[in-house]
Amino acid sequence: MNFQPGTSLFLWLLAILVAAASATGVHRIFGPRGGWGLAFIPAGVVASMLRLWPSVVGMQAVTISFDWVPELNLALTLRLDGLSLLFALLITGIGALVLVYAGGYLKGDQRLGRLWAFLLLFMAAMLGLVLADNLLTLFIFWELTSITSYLLIGFNSDKPESRASALQALLVTGAGGLALLPGLLLLGVAGGSFEISSLLNDAESIRQHSLYVPMLVLILAGAFTKSAQFPFHFWLPNAMAAPTPVSAYLHSATMVKAGVYLIARMHPILGGTNEWFWMIASVGAITMIVGGLLALRAADLKQILAYATISVLGTLTMLLGIGTEATVTAALAVLVAHAFYKGGLFMVAGGIDHAVHQRDIRKLGGLRSAMPATFSAACLAGLSMIGMLPTFGFVAKEVWYESIGDASQRPFLAASVLSNICLVAAVGLVCVTPFFGRRTETTREAMENNLATWAPPMFAGIVGLLLGLLPTRISELLSAAGHGVVGHAVPVKLALWHGVNVTLLLSLLTLAGGFTLYWQRHRMEAWFSGVDRLAQFGPAQWYHRLLTGVIELARGLTAILQNGYLRFYLLTMVGLTVFSVWMALGSELQSRLHPVSLDLRVHEILLIGLILAAAVVAVRATTWLLAVGALGVVGYGVAGIFVMFGAPDLAMTQFVIETLTVVLFVLAFSRLPDFRRLSSAATRVRDAVIAVVAGATITALLLFAMTVRSDHPISDYYSAHSVAEAHGRNLVNVILVDFRALDTLGEITVLSIAAIGVYSLLKLRASKEGSVDDKTTADPPATSARHTEGM
Amino acid sequence: MDSVILRTAIRFLFPLLLLSSVFLFLRGHNEPGGGFVGGLVASGAIALYAMTHDVAAARRVLRVSPRVLIGSGLLLALCCGLAPLAIGRPFLTGLWINITSSGLGKVHLGTPLLFDLGVYCVVTGVSLVFVFSLLEE
Repeated sequence: MNFQPGTSLFLWLLAILVAAASATGVHRIFGPRGGWGLAFIPAGVVASMLRLWPSVVGMQAVTISFDWVPELNLALTLRLDGLSLLFALLITGIGALVLVYAGGYLKGDQRLGRLWAFLLLFMAAMLGLVLADNLLTLFIFWELTSITSYLLIGFNSDKPESRASALQALLVTGAGGLALLPGLLLLGVAGGSFEISSLLNDAESIRQHSLYVPMLVLILAGAFTKSAQFPFHFWLPNAMAAPTPVSAYLHSATMVKAGVYLIARMHPILGGTNEWFWMIASVGAITMIVGGLLALRAADLKQILAYATISVLGTLTMLLGIGTEATVTAALAVLVAHAFYKGGLFMVAGGIDHAVHQRDIRKLGGLRSAMPATFSAACLAGLSMIGMLPTFGFVAKEVWYESIGDASQRPFLAASVLSNICLVAAVGLVCVTPFFGRRTETTREAMENNLATWAPPMFAGIVGLLLGLLPTRISELLSAAGHGVVGHAVPVKLALWHGVNVTLLLSLLTLAGGFTLYWQRHRMEAWFSGVDRLAQFGPAQWYHRLLTGVIELARGLTAILQNGYLRFYLLTMVGLTVFSVWMALGSELQSRLHPVSLDLRVHEILLIGLILAAAVVAVRATTWLLAVGALGVVGYGVAGIFVMFGAPDLAMTQFVIETLTVVLFVLAFSRLPDFRRLSSAATRVRDAVIAVVAGATITALLLFAMTVRSDHPISDYYSAHSVAEAHGRNLVNVILVDFRALDTLGEITVLSIAAIGVYSLLKLRASKEGSVDDKTTADPPATSARHTEGM
Repeated sequence: MDSVILRTAIRFLFPLLLLSSVFLFLRGHNEPGGGFVGGLVASGAIALYAMTHDVAAARRVLRVSPRVLIGSGLLLALCCGLAPLAIGRPFLTGLWINITSSGLGKVHLGTPLLFDLGVYCVVTGVSLVFVFSLLEE
């Protein structure tokens, strides 16, 4: 077998999945240090990706494809182009750091192995997402990231707020996923293919398609929820309930960028229209400002970072929405810078939390001397975040400001500067407040963390610095990635120093504004309380109302439908059957009945008489035994009819079933209360009417069925092929075990599930009665009487 | 249920019922019968035994728990479905072999028989779960 470069794409996913499967074992054997070992897997994947670098930056995408479900146009097509490579490097690179960091952060915790496993599973899903070339494959990986993130956010599953946050993230991103699927399907149908690479050729006709706007709205709903865009941003700060390694990985570097990735990926197909520009750029700009302002209001380190992340996600969305070559390049540069500084800052926040068990900045201070390594890491990341020379954050911000320098883009530029001023102040809150000033009650005993906790953020910070100092290599990658976004090669020349120009002045203005804002932050208290008043009308409240509303609705419906009255269930089932038969067939049912011949023989009349008499006895019975016995006679009579009309199998089964039913009833007798009549005359009349109507409807339906026989009934086929192909002369059995064996398999499965239900009902009740003795004497007769009443 | 008549009758009926259950099951493919009705007859026999003796005695006669019967029956039926996939035929295709032996003459044996055995086990197991749970309560 030839080893094609494409095969390695598949092997990456496989390797990470194998690592995920072995994570708990690694923890059991090596303890927290196993994180260094596990990190080798994603690090190896990074190395393997770098080998493909020359081909990818040379605009040669690497592809591999397997048929998965060809009937559904579902192929497992993986494709590595510049855009995928950029994201894949971030996913695996930051992922390796986070694995090591998690080992230090959760040292001594039994659940560490599980955390690694979830992180690696998430990594595989995220990597699959950015490598997928098939829309449906992409969607599957998209949903997998939602599910794994649910597990990760709810990792502290014993805490109710953790579970609530996990559910909120799942519901918000899941709702977006529900919109995304039809959006992708529309796109696939409109473009005549589900392969992204071939959709690129039909981009023009897709943009002219009559369903372009619905398609775009649906896809964007998926992207906006995932990337926490306003008004769906509220789940991200709540997701900070996750352990910090998870926040550093999912909520800064990877998962929340999935929506941005999707927008970037869709840009060459759907982008460039007015709708695209206005929907994405405006939502992005609003998110950018809202996130920046809210970051200043928060007091929890991770909350501040979460809102700052929302702001940057807004920036990326806005830049992609504007969609010029320059803004796309800027978006990609900001993305890279952000992944390193924000991942690093989250790990710093987690490090502080780990050391002093406190994340509230009002209770932190003076940690600089106690935690020098963590402080250095914070500085490196913070400098990149505020865009200070010579970090990559500076390069990115220069490109960003420059890309929207046109006169028509002034509003976006102003919004960008405003949000960046907020972010600079936020960096002050995260990197200055906890480390400077006097030591507080909580930080007095603080000690530096272990290597695994401070080295990864330090490393992330150093990478951010090196990328700033050596911007040529990264230009190559951004150029290739830009190719994937705008559809043609983008010349990218990043440089650390552009000379003194308007952009640099704006950068200085940003810094000055940010410092002032940080300095004067206490003056903003009044403004914050105004925001708090506004929050009760905010989207988090919509979510809350919607959720409680749905639960209330479900409770109301359940109270109506599952009210515990057996007679109501019977009434519903019978009534609905009658109703739907008449709705479906209506007048046809009356006009096309098979003629009834009353040419009956003596033994047939006798049998029918027996059945009718037994039915009357069953209705009028005054003891359980008589009622059940009479019902048994009805059943035997029906079986007798089967015998007369040549259905021995059916008759035999009916006989045995009737016998067993009577046996089961006899077993249950001892537990039933005395037979009593509690229903009024009116209810009995009502029931009689319903019974007669139901019986008449079924009779009519059967007579009708006789007239709609097609020319070649399926039974002809069965009898012709039964012996030849299925080696059996008993048609009924051959149908059951061969021709329609799949149905039988389903039926015996249902039967087994019913057995589990009956078993657990009876056993659970038995064990409850065993533990609570006093209740049992009063309860059963009362409830049973309620069920008998009106029967 | 303490009835001398029933108890005595069951002593003779029990083996007969079980025998007829197997008989019904085996002839099913060509004559009236099959796994479903066979399983019902078997569970009827054991249910009567459980009623006249007690559940513990019936469980001893049965040897395996009804739950195990359900599980193994489902598994068997599923395996019969998966087996043809191994040789590239669609799910649940019947596979047949012909055996000619001196005693029995020519016999067709196929996976549908095993499938029917799975049905037999599930039906027996399910009805016995009902009966035993009710009796033990």
